[in-house]
This record gives sequence, C-alpha cells and structure tokens, in this order.
Amino acid sequence: MKRRHSFLVSMLAFGFAFFYIPILSMIVYSFNASRLASVWGGFSTKWYFALFSNKQVLDALVLSLEIALVSATIATILGAMAGIALARFPSFRGRLLFSGLVTAPLIMPEVITGISSLMFFILMADWIGWPGERGFTTVTLAHITFSMVFVTTIVQARMLQSDRSIEEAAMDLGSRPWQVMRDVTIPVISPAIMSGWLLAFTISLDDVVITSFTTGPGSTTLPLLIWSKVKLGVTPDINALATLMVSVVAIGVAVAGIAMNRAGRRRQLDEQMAFRANG
Amino acid sequence: MMDRKGLQRWFDRKGWSNLLIGVPYVWLLFFFLLPFLIVIAMSVATKTATAPPISFGGDYPLVNLQGYARAVTDTLYFRAFITSLVSAGIATALCLLIGYPMALGLTRVSKSWRNILLMLVILPFWTSFLLRVYAWMGLMGRSSWFNVGLTKIWNAIVPQGWAVDFMPMMHSNFAVVLVMVYTYLPFMILPLYASLERLDPALDEAALDLGSRPWQVFLDVTLPQSIPGIVAGGMLVFIPAAGELVIPTLVGDAASPMIGRVISDQFSAARDWPMASAIAVVLLVLMVGPAVIYGHFQAKAEGSK
Repeated sequence: MKRRHSFLVSMLAFGFAFFYIPILSMIVYSFNASRLASVWGGFSTKWYFALFSNKQVLDALVLSLEIALVSATIATILGAMAGIALARFPSFRGRLLFSGLVTAPLIMPEVITGISSLMFFILMADWIGWPGERGFTTVTLAHITFSMVFVTTIVQARMLQSDRSIEEAAMDLGSRPWQVMRDVTIPVISPAIMSGWLLAFTISLDDVVITSFTTGPGSTTLPLLIWSKVKLGVTPDINALATLMVSVVAIGVAVAGIAMNRAGRRRQLDEQMAFRANG
Repeated sequence: MMDRKGLQRWFDRKGWSNLLIGVPYVWLLFFFLLPFLIVIAMSVATKTATAPPISFGGDYPLVNLQGYARAVTDTLYFRAFITSLVSAGIATALCLLIGYPMALGLTRVSKSWRNILLMLVILPFWTSFLLRVYAWMGLMGRSSWFNVGLTKIWNAIVPQGWAVDFMPMMHSNFAVVLVMVYTYLPFMILPLYASLERLDPALDEAALDLGSRPWQVFLDVTLPQSIPGIVAGGMLVFIPAAGELVIPTLVGDAASPMIGRVISDQFSAARDWPMASAIAVVLLVLMVGPAVIYGHFQAKAEGSK
C-alpha cells in the first residue's frame, strides 16, 4: 500500500513538472536581454516596455476584449435560455433536434466550424447582401454560436440539480411564469450563469481557428496576432506577452478559487449554526 | 381579436415557453445547422473559377461526388487521415497512462492539498491554448536549454556513432503528439478524478483484508469502476486531437500533414470548397462512432447517479 502511494505521488510530481516547466521556462526567457529567444543574454525588462508601446498589440487586445464581452454576454443569455428550456420542458416538438444542436458544436472539430461559418457568411453576402464585410460582426456571431452551447451544458446541469419545489411554490402563490424565472430560477442558478459567462468569455478571448476563418482585413484579434507571429518562430516579445497573459489568468483563477473556498466554508458555518439553532 | 387579458393568458401558457425554446433554437438553426448543411451541399458541388468558387446544376452536375472519391482514394488524404487518427490515438493513450495515476493520486492526498493541486490542473485550462503550444516551441528548438540538455544525455548514453548535434524534435509527428498530450492532459485528468473520487475506499480495504494484493485490488476493484471516466476522458482528448489544426501547423511536419491542416489548406490556399467540404464530412463520419460511444457512457453515468 505504501509503495503504491509513493508511485502515485511521484506521478503527480512528474505531471505537474510536465505542466509547468514549459510555462516557467517561457516566463524566465521573457526577461532575456538577447534577441535570440533561446540564448541567455542577461536580465532585461525591455520586451515588456516594447510591448506597452506596440500599438498593434494594444489595438488587438482591445478588439479581443470587445468581441469577448459582447459574445460572452449574448452567448450567456441564449445558452441559459436553452439550458433552462431543456431542463424544464421535458417534451416539446423538435426537442431531439434541439438537444442535438446544443451538443454538436461541442464535438465538431474547430476547423470544420470555421469553414462552415465562413462559407455561410460568404454565401449569405452573395444571396442577400448581409453581412457586408467580415470583421467584428461575423467573428462575434461565430463566437456566440460555439460558446453558447458550453453555457447551456453548465446551466442545464445546474437546473437538473436544483429543487423545483420553490418554483412550484411561487407558481402556486400566483406568480406568472416569467416572474418565477426572474425571482426564483435565475437567482438560484446564478453561479452557473456566472461560470458560463466566464467560460464563454475565455473561449472567445482564446479562439484562433474559428476567428481566423470568420474575420476580415483590419480586424486582428490578439490570438490572431500571436498566431501570425509564432508561425514564424519564438521571439522574446511574445514571451513577455505570454507571461503577462498567463499571470493575469493565474491571479484571476487563484482569487476566484480562494473566494469560492471562503464562500463554501461560510455557507457550511451558516448551515451548522442554523442546524444548532433549530436543534 | 384577442384582448389584453387573453393575450396575457396566452403568453403565460404558451408564449413564454415558446420564447424560451424558440430564440436559442432559431439561432442554432440559422447559425449552426444552416452552415453545416452548406458544408454537405458544397461537398457535392463543382469547383469553378467564379466567386464564390463553386457551381451547382446548369452546365455542372447537380451532385458531383469527385470530392468524396478523391478523399477516400487519393493517398495524400488517406495518409492524412491515418496520421491524424494514429497521432490522436497515441496522444489519448499517453494521456491515460499519465493522467490515471495523477487522478488516482489526487484522490489520495489530504483535502487541503487536493484543492490546491486541482486548481493547478485546471489553471492551464484557463490559459491560452495557443500560448501553451508556444511554450513547447521554446523548449523544443534546437538551441534551447531543454534540447541541449537532452542532446548531452543522449550522447552520453548511446554509442559514439549515434551521437547527434541536437534532438530533431520540432516539425515532427513526435512533437505533435507531445504537445497534444501536454494541452489535452487536463481533459483526461478531470473526468477520471470525478469518477475515482466517487469510489468508496472501504471497497479497497475490504479487498485487501480478503487477501488481494494491491495490484489485484487496482485491477479488480478500482479500474472496472472507473471505466466511465476513462471513456469520457478518452473522448474529450481523442475527438478534438483528431481534428486539431493549431498544433500540427506550429510544430508538425509539413510533409505529412494532419487532416485538419489539409481541410484548411484545401479551403484557403487551393480555394477548393468541394474538396475541403468532402474531407470535412468524411472526418465527421469518422467522429460519429467515438461520439456515440461517449454519449452512451455519459447517459449511463448520469443514470447511475
């Protein structure tokens, strides 16, 4: 038993080394003074300063954030509607097709989603003159479509766990269906909606393949800018940009993790207190 | 004529649910199903020099199966399919070999450690996929510390005739599989952990008390119960890996491309929509099998909860 345990612990150590050594190496080399990305030439922060004065990078970042904000918000609304509908209406006409439509984008290879969206936009522009030019609109529409199904999955799972009796009580007390949803359902599933939004936001902010197919000239998102640069090789300024992006995410995830841990512990305490007060 | 009251009653009874179902339904029909049907239609169209570069009917055949014929007979495409499926298969197997002990290890450490380690597994999932691929490009390059170190170790242990100047890692199928394992490993660990965490440790102890050796306990008790997790993790790695475009483009061998890259090149560089669409449809047909198995196990796992 003891030996098996030490094997598992060493596998964990190996796994985490495998996860983090490439990232740590990238971070260390972002402080490399040498232009040659893999030869150490002394410590320097010049690549970071170069980054902050690079208008191309800043413009791409702003565009990425705009697309991610708009697409995550619309994807969350649409995805949550689909999740609630699938969890609360067990039978309606076309349910089978509907549940297929919210699963298929999850397993569709991105390159196929990319070419299908692009052909769709080109043919639409040809037939009805919309969308005129590819860029912000087409990228956002494509992002909404493939990220909303992730929101649906999360919301549907949460809905199936939640207690329906509160909703029924509200109905019995005379609330109209949309009021029940506003006052009961949405507050109950709000953590799922929030994590759905975050996931949709991250997916949009990170996407290369679908964006590269659906965008047009003049609309370069940050991942596309990085994509076009890394195709040519490893450079210290991309190391610096990557370090900043990884740090922002790491801090965000750590803060969210700690906050959730605290909230969970507080809820546990509250429950214990309530239990004692009643007992 | 419906009065206000009647309209309200209609809305509460039918309109509200229709709205909830209808809006996302119509969205997906228009922006997902229609583009998908366009792919199928394009796969039987004929390539022309017009814009858009396809034609149907008229002077051209209504259903042109040339794309499919080439997709399954041309050795270039056949090899790309084999390369993709084999690379994704090896990557999935390696993810399982590394991920299983890690997931099992996560269930064995103390609770406070477990939360931290789980966060460390999830963290790469939130960071940019592209940058994780890029991090390996930095390590695999011929003058990087990693490559230089590996070369020294290699030259120290092999006979002199086999000595190399550097390890030829970049732009190879080896690099593709390595980076796939790296980027998709969390997708394997998380479902495995979820299914292993639910197991009752009392079962292990019972088997040990009844005289089983630890490896027998693992084979007879732990492994069979974690099969849903293995299937879920395997599919979450295999399906995206087989259609991968970013990894083979950045670290792969251009001489033996994977199918995702072939689709992209046919579509963008060659402007051959019918060919790209036909290959896409064949790839999707190949993916249906694994997806059905995944759905089956998923439904089973949900039923047992």
